[in-house]
Amino acid sequence: MSEGCGRAMVAVRGLSKGYGRGASILEGVTLDVARGDFVSLIGPSGCGKSTLLKLVAGLVPPTSGAVEVDGMTPANARQLMSFIFQEATLLPWRTVLGNVELGLELEQSVDRGRRRAVAEELLGLVGLGDVGGHYPRQLSGGMRMRVSIARALATRPGLLLMDEPFGALDEMTRDRLNEEMLRLREEQGWTALFVTHSVAEAVFLSTRVVVLRAKPGRVHREIPVPFGFPRRASLRSAPGFLSLVGEVSSALRGLDGNGVEGGAG
Amino acid sequence: MRRFLTGAAWPLGVLALVVAGWQAATVWLAIPPYILPGPARVMGAGMERHENLLLAVRTSAVAAAGGFGVAVVCGVLAAVVLAQSPLVRRCLVPYTILLQTVPVVAVAPLILMWFGSGLRSVVLVVAIVCLFPIIANTTQGLVSVDRNLLDLFRMSNATRLQVLVRLRLPHALPALFTGLRISSGLSVIGAFTGEWFASSNTVGQGGLGYSIIYANSQLQTDYLFALVLACAALGSSFFLAVVGCEWLMLHRWHESALPRETE
Repeated sequence: MSEGCGRAMVAVRGLSKGYGRGASILEGVTLDVARGDFVSLIGPSGCGKSTLLKLVAGLVPPTSGAVEVDGMTPANARQLMSFIFQEATLLPWRTVLGNVELGLELEQSVDRGRRRAVAEELLGLVGLGDVGGHYPRQLSGGMRMRVSIARALATRPGLLLMDEPFGALDEMTRDRLNEEMLRLREEQGWTALFVTHSVAEAVFLSTRVVVLRAKPGRVHREIPVPFGFPRRASLRSAPGFLSLVGEVSSALRGLDGNGVEGGAG
Repeated sequence: MRRFLTGAAWPLGVLALVVAGWQAATVWLAIPPYILPGPARVMGAGMERHENLLLAVRTSAVAAAGGFGVAVVCGVLAAVVLAQSPLVRRCLVPYTILLQTVPVVAVAPLILMWFGSGLRSVVLVVAIVCLFPIIANTTQGLVSVDRNLLDLFRMSNATRLQVLVRLRLPHALPALFTGLRISSGLSVIGAFTGEWFASSNTVGQGGLGYSIIYANSQLQTDYLFALVLACAALGSSFFLAVVGCEWLMLHRWHESALPRETE
């Protein structure tokens, strides 16, 4: 990539990860995520997509290879990143507002009043402006995930790492949150690395879908998604969308069973 | 409030039945009062010597509360140390179990010998009895934090202190209260045991433990019953105080404090 384009937001080079002796989870993964990209990672279970996300976050060390986030090591780039987990992972003893403030509070970069203002603004953005004083247990699963998203965005991340954030939600809630993620991305311009099990979700959200294979985890195919932004809900029924979903699905299907050769099963 | 009152009516009804049966039995079976005094006689003895009784209750309450307080502070500090690493736990947990397994009746005479007879020794006995449930439960609470929450704090470059204060301690609070509930009842038993061995022998200043031995030796069985009931009342009120604090601190967010849905 030339200097003129700016360096990649995430640069993964020959990354391998194994636990103990024996089978490695990831082997020789190379991947670039350009600034403003929305890249989805999809693959059979055991392909190491969540591990890849944790490696980029610097939460686990690689066995070999390197990760750079905005030209820095992951550990030095944490200010730039936010992580959204599969569960909302809220602090139950804090109100919704208190939870959204957490990141800013830990970073100690802004004062109390500003923190509160940012948290209220973000809650408004995810459509929860009126439940700031509630406790997480009073909210539905979808609302908790919105709180989690607001918390992640409160620190103004340049890179959002998401590990199946909508996997536990019902389909209607998931679709609505997908649309809201795209709207928030338009407004805030972050880059995203997104792990999912849902092909339709991956295609709907992404600029590029990366299909991983398992045992060991490697990049199988990268499929660019040509649709422009903003995307509307109606895109989901467009013929182009459906044929792309079909393409990703068939790429995945080749990885089922023994996980190497297409059509072997 | 009305629900509370109707809820309390049942156990109170049971109490009334037991008391009535007790009184009837002592009268009909003509049991001598030094073997089993009737409830009326026990009440009478309690009223008659209420100054002594209240003094004993107060002495024991101070010792129990003091020892309980010492145990809370030391127990939480010990739990924080134990929560630092699995290695620390492996090194030290076997010795905390000693607190639980060595009978306090065996340790109390030693404490009396080392620290003299009086409040200080009793407080120490109470603290030893109360310590283990607090350490064990709080440690469990501190180390059982969700991995994702720990990762979340790491992503924010949180310091060890921030993780402790903003994540581990609040998360351990419900477990701490489980320990406190157990210890609150034990604290009165500890005070009783400590006084049994350690108190000065002036009647009335010796707390419930000493007073009960004394009453027993004098065959004042009715007063002995009054003292035992006072002991139970003291333990119960400690327990209820802990439950009240727990409700105050947890009811807004913790599942255990959720009101049951009555359909």
